[in-house]
Amino acid sequence: MEIKEIQIETTQANPHHWVMKYADYLYNYCLVKLNDTELAKDLVQETFLAALEKVENFEGKSTEKTWLTSILRNKIIDIYRRKSSPLSNLHCNSDCEIKHDFFQQEDGHWNIEQRPREFGISDRHTIENKEFQHILQKCLQKLPPLWHAIFTMKFMDDQEAVKICSELKVSSSNYWVIIHRTKVNLRDCLQKNWR
Amino acid sequence: MSLKKTVYTNCEKATFLIEKQQASKLSFIETLFLKIHLAGCSVCKIYKRQSEIINQVANKLFHAPAHAQSKLDDESKKEMQHRIDEKLGRK
Repeated sequence: MEIKEIQIETTQANPHHWVMKYADYLYNYCLVKLNDTELAKDLVQETFLAALEKVENFEGKSTEKTWLTSILRNKIIDIYRRKSSPLSNLHCNSDCEIKHDFFQQEDGHWNIEQRPREFGISDRHTIENKEFQHILQKCLQKLPPLWHAIFTMKFMDDQEAVKICSELKVSSSNYWVIIHRTKVNLRDCLQKNWR
Repeated sequence: MSLKKTVYTNCEKATFLIEKQQASKLSFIETLFLKIHLAGCSVCKIYKRQSEIINQVANKLFHAPAHAQSKLDDESKKEMQHRIDEKLGRK
């Protein structure tokens, strides 16, 4: 009897300590994905309020933290969806910078001036290099919103293609085209801005 | 599609397959295409290596982000707590 009571207690949500325990974590989670401090703040607040609305549904099947994160995650995906209309996914809008002329139309060969060259630093050093990471982050910002969303979801949550496709409503063939173009552009951007 | 696009010249397809291969299995024909192409194309070999490096850097970036230590300011936290309490009070 006693054991049962304890179990019930630990599976109940306790909104009074949410901010203290999870606000920073959720804020960071959001910031990395959206890179916008104001928006991140708003979404964390919205997450808490949305969670309160359905606190009765919290069954303790997951931890409070996982539960709150999943609510926040859905809000982030909504933003991605809103920002990226599937129709515009292969084209650039306002503030992005991408190129489409990497390969020759006739035979698919690299255009001479676009060919990859060595970065000029050993592979292991590249991975550890903070400046390189920083440049990658900058290059990511230049991608069209949908490309950015797909790339981020792929790496952040280690999510599978199928799931990303269904969440962002992208066809699987389109997905691979976007991944390819994203990578070709990122690589080019890194080569240009590195050293 | 032009007939001139052969396995030797088609770097666009090769780089596409390089990306696909990192996340899913290629068909037998695709695997063969990529093998033959890479054997003769040093530029795509560089691409492949750098593409893998970018994956690793991206993994690092997203899993241990530079601003992992960013904290929400106390003012915002107070405001959040306030709104939660308010809502709880109404229940």
